[in-house]
Amino acid sequence: MNPFATETLAQMAFWVVVGLTFAGASIAVFPRNILYNVLGLALALAGVAGLYLYLGSFFIALMQLLIYVGAITISIVFAIMLSRPLHLEVPRRELPKVAMGLGASVVFFAGAVGVFSTTHWVPAADRGMDWSIAAIGHMLLTKYDLVFEVISLVLLVAIIGAIVTAGFTRRLSS
Amino acid sequence: MNSLNVYLTIGAALFSIGLLGVLQRRNLIGMLIAVELMLNGANVNFMAFNRFLAPDPTVGQIITLFVMGLAAAEAAIGLSIILALFRRLHSINIERAQQLRG
Repeated sequence: MNPFATETLAQMAFWVVVGLTFAGASIAVFPRNILYNVLGLALALAGVAGLYLYLGSFFIALMQLLIYVGAITISIVFAIMLSRPLHLEVPRRELPKVAMGLGASVVFFAGAVGVFSTTHWVPAADRGMDWSIAAIGHMLLTKYDLVFEVISLVLLVAIIGAIVTAGFTRRLSS
Repeated sequence: MNSLNVYLTIGAALFSIGLLGVLQRRNLIGMLIAVELMLNGANVNFMAFNRFLAPDPTVGQIITLFVMGLAAAEAAIGLSIILALFRRLHSINIERAQQLRG
């Protein structure tokens, strides 16, 4: 296969991934059934993992699949199943409020696109080319050591806090 | 192959969809899902800057990993708060959660 055809194929696959991401994001926000929202979120997160592949990092794409699609989505599904009739209520929002929310997000999108399309981006002068996982591990254990430890502490506190929050209220209400 | 602006537009669009979800939904789990979308938009931006501009390609990947860890912590805490609120109010509509008094 000649290189031009490969390039075209990769470009087409890129836009398919982008389309999957936005389809998943729309499903995650617009339907009123919460289970469809979670499935759409999983689709959007898998699409973002594909974008990470195009951005040159296989490792982060795998982490995205493992942490987001594997852990966070499953825990949301689990919480939905634990608390019973979630699909019953949530009345329809009035139209003015939906219109105001839509206006706010459109204003944000237009502002962001305006800012970064008028900015002249300058790449750094000497750019390192070391994309290996070993380099990431080295940086995590030397330069970003403190942040790494603090993240572990935050995760520990979050786990204990989640147990306490969910456990105490059960004792109070029963 | 694609330019930086393509990825920045994708990130901004993901963030905007998430923002719309947070503003428009009244379902707490729906709002949590929308917040995850916003975090992913920011992550796409980090990875794009890392790919096209940054002096050292490990930095953006490490920041993205940290954001993922914080998102996991946030999801755990948020879901436990939602469970506690559901047990108390028998509803996850956020407009019912108006009283601070226990």
